[in-house]
Amino acid sequence: MSKYTEAELKKELETKEYAYGFYTDIDSDTFPPGLNEAVVRAISLKKNEPEWMTEWRLEAFRHWETMVEPEWANVRYKKPEFQNISYYSSPKQKPKYDSLDEVDPELLDTFKRLGISLDEQKLLAGVAVDVVMDSTSVATTFKKTLAEKGIIFCSISEAIKEHPELVQKYLGTVVPKKDNFYAALNSAVFSDGSFCYIPKGVRCPMELSTYFRINQAGTGQFERTLVIADQGSYVSYLEGCTAPSRDENQLHAAVVELIALDDAEIKYSTVQNWFPGDKSGKGGVYNFVTKRGLCENRAKISWTQVETGSAITWKYPSCVLKGDDSIGEFYSIAVTNNFQQADTGTKMIHLGKNTRSTIISKGISAGQSQNSYRGLVQIGPRAENARNFSQCDSLLMGNRCGAHTFPYIEAKNKTAQIEHEATTSKIGEDQIFYCNQRGIETEKAIALIVNGFSKEVLNKLPMEFAVEAQKLLEISLEGSVG
Amino acid sequence: MELKERLLASYLAFEDRTEMDDHVRNIRSQAIKNFESNGFPSKKDEEWKYTSLNPLLKVPYTVFSKKENSVEFKDVKKYFLHEIDSYKLVFIDGVYSSFLSETTHQGMDICLLSSALSKPKYKMVMDRFYNQATDKNESLTSLNTAFATEGAYINIPKGKVVNKPIQIIHFSTGQESALMLFPRNLIVVGENAHVQIIERHQSLYENPVLTNAVTEIFANKRAIVDYYKIQNDLPSASLIDHTYISQKQDSNCAVHTFSFGGKMTRNNLNFYQEGEHVQSTLKGITLVGDKQHVDHHTLVAHNQPNCESFQEYKGIYADQSTGVFNGKVIVKKEAQKTNAYQQNNNLLTGDKATINTKPQLEIFADDVKCSHGCTIGQLDKKALFYLRARGIPEKEAKALLMYAFANDVLSAVKIQEIKTRITKIIANKIGVKLGFDI
Repeated sequence: MSKYTEAELKKELETKEYAYGFYTDIDSDTFPPGLNEAVVRAISLKKNEPEWMTEWRLEAFRHWETMVEPEWANVRYKKPEFQNISYYSSPKQKPKYDSLDEVDPELLDTFKRLGISLDEQKLLAGVAVDVVMDSTSVATTFKKTLAEKGIIFCSISEAIKEHPELVQKYLGTVVPKKDNFYAALNSAVFSDGSFCYIPKGVRCPMELSTYFRINQAGTGQFERTLVIADQGSYVSYLEGCTAPSRDENQLHAAVVELIALDDAEIKYSTVQNWFPGDKSGKGGVYNFVTKRGLCENRAKISWTQVETGSAITWKYPSCVLKGDDSIGEFYSIAVTNNFQQADTGTKMIHLGKNTRSTIISKGISAGQSQNSYRGLVQIGPRAENARNFSQCDSLLMGNRCGAHTFPYIEAKNKTAQIEHEATTSKIGEDQIFYCNQRGIETEKAIALIVNGFSKEVLNKLPMEFAVEAQKLLEISLEGSVG
Repeated sequence: MELKERLLASYLAFEDRTEMDDHVRNIRSQAIKNFESNGFPSKKDEEWKYTSLNPLLKVPYTVFSKKENSVEFKDVKKYFLHEIDSYKLVFIDGVYSSFLSETTHQGMDICLLSSALSKPKYKMVMDRFYNQATDKNESLTSLNTAFATEGAYINIPKGKVVNKPIQIIHFSTGQESALMLFPRNLIVVGENAHVQIIERHQSLYENPVLTNAVTEIFANKRAIVDYYKIQNDLPSASLIDHTYISQKQDSNCAVHTFSFGGKMTRNNLNFYQEGEHVQSTLKGITLVGDKQHVDHHTLVAHNQPNCESFQEYKGIYADQSTGVFNGKVIVKKEAQKTNAYQQNNNLLTGDKATINTKPQLEIFADDVKCSHGCTIGQLDKKALFYLRARGIPEKEAKALLMYAFANDVLSAVKIQEIKTRITKIIANKIGVKLGFDI
């Protein structure tokens, strides 16, 4: 341990195997591969959905058939064959449990290995977890505490049945079902996801959290999340993902819609660590996600993401700042290694007066990966006094990876104030030297620098999540993060 | 008939009646083929996302001027930088005007592309350089390559420091109808040579003119090139200007673009660094109003290690004008120790002015220092108050601040007369008399 060089770190990064690659054997109820109107109807039927929902799905499906996959992103991959994917998979035993003891022990064991001990969280952290395994919600905790406050936190299929008025009013309003190729696909076939409604003036007493996992081989995961914060309410929502190793590429096309009504605030945090493919670039998850939030007057939406997994990432959590004085924030760390490719960023659409947005994006590329930031800041003609600050920093490790920046800035109002800055660098030899000089060994020094580089974003994660985030960062950049 | 079809038809006539050797004929026919397959770019092309050529394509431009036009020196004197002695290459509607020009063959060539293309003694240089730096897939460059016959040919041999600046001025009279021009400049600068060039496109009558210009610059080892583009044309004129610069080891090239006039101006400025320790500088001031549209697309390709590039573009957009800035920096994986800097600052002063900017970095090497910054904002209210508190009227105070905003770029200009000229144009544009001379 006398000398730990960047070269060694690089080697370690390359050889580091995906630590969470295991597969839970639970009997699943899976549709045969293929997608047509009958499959869409069957999904809807399977979920006992009302007629309007079936129609909604079919409309999305018919439009999806006319669309082509987008190719503008700075990623290269073999396109998924949409007819070879099974569009529904659900664990067979699906009774609603009252306590965790009733849950399949194997499932619980899976979560333990992921470091998500439900019972521990229940006892210690006060986090209500709506666990999504493949596509069906199997356990929901803390429901009673939330119910007392009038907060609805359940699976989206339950919400369609129990709260159709809310779902009908808001579903597809932020991400229209025809928005883009993957959003349309998701709208047609989404199997489950989470629904959250915070009533007027309520401050959600705990962090809401969902864990998504892709489990069954060959099934695409199509999550749909809808979070509605009514006037003056506050909610912090956490989403974390890990997936088992798979050789064939798995498709994930989720849609997340956030609606922050007047004076409401939504904080949405994601940690994503899906299987990135092995070190020769084989396998890995395709992550094509549409996330968007709508801010009414004085509302605030804050996205925080730590992206360490997936072979291909195509993800742009966005804010539509429709109301006056609304605020949008985006904090992101994207780590790519081996043959991973990420094209991620955000869109800040300023429509209302005095709207403000902040973008902090940190990209770390190692191995032969490609890491792109792609962002749009748009100031509409009526958005008086709009303010934006963007900062995109990239850290390169080795000369076989790439870091790219594609910021689009469009201002149509003369009162707009926009600042954008981007830097690209490597870990400086002088920085390491400085640390060495003060008795900090090279390994620790690299850890310190990477940590410092990401700190601005890590700080934005809720306390309960920061531990997990750091754990996931470690897997991608083990040896550097002490 | 669509403009594209008419151009293709014109090319057949042009090819028939123009004498050219096989090498040039080959280059031209390749180029027209590329234009034929790609056509005019549309807003669907990423490179033309914010600039539409559609309004221009509706104008019935002709490619050939019907008669020779002449102008009197006194009418056009103001467009020259006449305070200083210089070499001059003047073209009227694409035709060389020997009367207004001042060329030389003594120790260097400052002459015409047409003669360089036709005379055997230049054949070696032409084969080696002509159309070698251009992007062969770029449709509008190809269009120029197909039709271009005239422009400046400048060849500065090893070690020569050109004693006075060279002015290249393209006048268009467009007296009879709407005219499309294809000026083409080729500039070869030898080892240790040093040259300063000023380029201007100017229309004299309010008939629509579309200039699609291409300039190729080859800077050999340790060469120094200073290039100034003054774009202050009439509101009827549109300009699409492509500049391709290939730089060898230790060379230093700077291009300054001053965009004030014209209906639509599009600058494609491309730097290719082909040797170590190369320095590239790209600077620009844009000051437009009404419905003017100015689009700056820059590309710096860092292909070799230890090079530097420096970009600074300042834009002031008034009324309903629109501005586009797309700066692309590509660092190849061989190009370690690159230092690339890019800065784009914009002031929006008009209620309906729009600015679209996209500073883009594509980096494949790890030991580099690359940064870009971009701002959009207004004049500082406190600074404005400070000036007004000292009795400076609002309009003048604003003008002073705008001038100061642009001054970072202006101060890098090495020819004093250009500085004075630009200051006057700025003062004129803002409609004030700046109470000082520089």
